[in-house]
Amino acid sequence: MKTVAEFEIKYCQFLDAAGNLAAGAPPLASDTGELLKMYRFMTLVRLFDTKAVNLQRTGKLGTYASCLGHEATHVGAAAAMQADDVLIPVYREFGSQIWRGVKMSTILTFWGGDERGSDYTAARQDFPMCVPIASQILHGAGVAMAMKIRGEKRCSLTLIGDGGTSEGAFYEGINLAGARALPAVFVIVNNGWAISVPIEQQTATKTLAQKAIAAGIPGVQVDGNDVIAVRHIVSEATARARRGEGPTLIEALTYRLGDHTTADDATRYRDHNEVKDAWGKEPLPRLRAYLTKLRVWDDAREEALKAECAREVEAAVDEYLSAPKPSTDEMFDYLFANPPKDLAEQRETARRYAGSHAKPGSGGH
Amino acid sequence: MAKITMIEAINRAHAWEMTHDPDVVVLGEDIGINGGVFRATAGLQEQFGKDRVQDTPLAEGMIAGMAIGMATQGLKPVAEIQFMGFIYPALDQIANHMARLRNRTRGRLTCPIVMRMPHGGGIHAPEHHSESLEAILAHHAGLRVVCPSSPARAYGLLLAAIREPDPVIFLEPARLYRLVKQEVADDGQALPLDVCYRLREGSDVTMITWGAMVTETLRAADTLESEGVSCEVLDLATLSPIDHDTILESVVKTGRLVIVHEAPRNCGIGAEIAATVAERGLYDLHAPIKRVTGYDTIMPLARLEYDYIPNAARIMDAVRETFAE
Repeated sequence: MKTVAEFEIKYCQFLDAAGNLAAGAPPLASDTGELLKMYRFMTLVRLFDTKAVNLQRTGKLGTYASCLGHEATHVGAAAAMQADDVLIPVYREFGSQIWRGVKMSTILTFWGGDERGSDYTAARQDFPMCVPIASQILHGAGVAMAMKIRGEKRCSLTLIGDGGTSEGAFYEGINLAGARALPAVFVIVNNGWAISVPIEQQTATKTLAQKAIAAGIPGVQVDGNDVIAVRHIVSEATARARRGEGPTLIEALTYRLGDHTTADDATRYRDHNEVKDAWGKEPLPRLRAYLTKLRVWDDAREEALKAECAREVEAAVDEYLSAPKPSTDEMFDYLFANPPKDLAEQRETARRYAGSHAKPGSGGH
Repeated sequence: MAKITMIEAINRAHAWEMTHDPDVVVLGEDIGINGGVFRATAGLQEQFGKDRVQDTPLAEGMIAGMAIGMATQGLKPVAEIQFMGFIYPALDQIANHMARLRNRTRGRLTCPIVMRMPHGGGIHAPEHHSESLEAILAHHAGLRVVCPSSPARAYGLLLAAIREPDPVIFLEPARLYRLVKQEVADDGQALPLDVCYRLREGSDVTMITWGAMVTETLRAADTLESEGVSCEVLDLATLSPIDHDTILESVVKTGRLVIVHEAPRNCGIGAEIAATVAERGLYDLHAPIKRVTGYDTIMPLARLEYDYIPNAARIMDAVRETFAE
């Protein structure tokens, strides 16, 4: 037998866990303005996330999916986008969304149980956070199809988790993108765990990047805790997409340092030592160490940044908590542009009985 | 004016709207050079090009999902699912996203999409090609479900569906595609959605139906008329939302209601109509409501399909029962 096709998957890392820069790093590695901006957003997201978990624990937020440890992947991917590109996120990528201008108070509004939390004031073509796993991949392909039909120099960027790559929609989406050479970038945020199921149980493949081979598109793996590598690799992919050269699948290797959501307890299924090791590779300290080496960062600046971000988060929390409860009309008013007449009657019923329910948890039989 | 079949009417509605609205794009399996397995899209790719008339890879969920992405960028996808029995993989996209996106985003992103598909049996097709699954779609808020019963209504309702700013599931009775020809003006005139069409005026009994069952019901009404029963026949046309007002108005006049649909009885749309008439018009009824439907069985293969699908004989007996003392 002869070999009819051969493939290889490359891995990219520039900044190691200790903050040492590898040879051959891109110009981004010496662009201190951009590096500081990314560090600022990563710090902001870290504080936002910690605050959101605390809000849930104190009964002021619904179930929340922490993004702890994913900051470099989320910020790096969004930083590789143009403002008029379209982001199609899952429910954990607040770093990407905040970078693109979605307000932290809006994200809290969503997790506080209010649809107004998907009505973004910025990045208005971006999709809301997708909950049914992997279904968003097809939206990313469809958005890219529209851009291609119109000959626009834009692209879509779709995020998906490692578990999502087991869904049929994942393959359908990357296959469509490949078959039609769509301006689409797909970033797998491989944090090692799909709730309680580790990546080794999702697939027999050595990497998730190699799933690109089945779709006939380039696949590449990147250290998802190295924001320089993430932004560099995703930028190459978005630029390629905008040039009309087709889609790319990127696997960003990171780690879910927190629970799946606030309703989950990862100590039930995850080894303590594994988590401890992952903390040693997390994205923030390595960038801070590198910035310190570049002499653009020090303890005083760190403290000032944290204080500034904390104020910003507090302001967002105040805005979220001060928003009045939505009226029952909100259930009805956005279903249709031309609502059917019978719905008006139900709208009136909901108004009449608004707030008349027993306190949750009371009574019983 | 030339007489055309329903399939030709559907084809012309596509062509009209694509000519007049550059945002309309057509997607599906085999809909390009092949013109669709029923030829609904014949000639469109030649006329409008491969960007606007696209053969997709073979995955129904993908078709629905990509249509959503395209719609959020301002396009108006008209997507064909080859047969209704293949809708299931697309339900995730239709129910979780297409029907909900306007609501989820408070109107920021919307889905002006038409999902067209052949509906029902009677064409001796293979397994999974003859289903009537309107009820599972009608159950979802945020969708319209429409089913024409003539070439003229197929033309006018499809234009309305494409122009509707929200998703429309457009069910085309496969049995009617080439059954009759009718004069249809190719003038771009849409017909209203969300209303019943009164096909026959009568005073003794209201018969409500849709799709291919309209033909059987009208046949039954003809015979009953000769027996002295004056039948009012309504074509539901939009299966969700239901035009309850027109149905009730008719029932107030006739005092009798017979509902006919090809889909199974259990949790069918007939149950919703019957329940609403019972809630709002029980005291106007002279007799219990009757339903004539497909059986609560799997849609049989071709040799038994006409024993499954309601026919004029069953419909007439149901009407006669409403006159029994």
